[in-house]
Amino acid sequence: MSTLTLRYEVPGDDFTRAGEASSDVKRKLKQLGYNPEAIRKVAIAMYEGEINMVIHAGGGEATVDIDPKQVRIVLTDHGPGIPDVGKAMQEGWSTAPDNVRNLGFGAGMGLPNMKKYTDELRIDTKVGEGTTLYMTVFA
Amino acid sequence: MTIRELADGLRAEILVEGDLTREAETGYVGDLLSWVMARLPEGAAWMTVMGNLNAVAVCSLKDGACIILTENAALDEDARRRAGMEDIPVLRVEDGAYRTALRVAALLGETA
Repeated sequence: MSTLTLRYEVPGDDFTRAGEASSDVKRKLKQLGYNPEAIRKVAIAMYEGEINMVIHAGGGEATVDIDPKQVRIVLTDHGPGIPDVGKAMQEGWSTAPDNVRNLGFGAGMGLPNMKKYTDELRIDTKVGEGTTLYMTVFA
Repeated sequence: MTIRELADGLRAEILVEGDLTREAETGYVGDLLSWVMARLPEGAAWMTVMGNLNAVAVCSLKDGACIILTENAALDEDARRRAGMEDIPVLRVEDGAYRTALRVAALLGETA
């Protein structure tokens, strides 16, 4: 298996479509016979990333590179950026609005879940310009 | 125990059939989707009041066995459709999460 690259557009403010990209990646990894634990980690981390882009950034793009050794996910948005990454990484800290909390999100578990379920996580963010997340899950 | 047997034992309303032959391994209770996303065990019967599309996505991504809507919580139409597409059974009961969890544990033969 050489590297397979998948690209998705994550729509902004459309919760009904959030999760489509991560579901598709999960399906493809299953078809490829990828290690189930790695699939689970990719699905969780990517879903959280998608939801964050919908809640905070008006959507964005996701690129997923799959090779036999690892899955690399890059999520890019042009939202407001994260002013305090340290706080955002704390479980329970959330800036999600009430309408989002009513849907069951905003528990402040998004970035902590992404960190917990990936082997590498890097965040490039600039206030007013946007955020790019680089996540790697080893097979 | 299969989801159909669990539904019968709970006298639950079956809102979406999905794969009723799947085995429920254990139960899980939670409404905050990110929290559930981190912790829902594979094969768990998930008790929640969240009947929206995102709940179906979480159950699908985590390979939950079924969703049990407690306290007669509503299931959104788009969530019903998606659960059908993903083959995820959705049950509904009158009891709250606590009592439902007690009944699920008894049916599955689990103790604290």
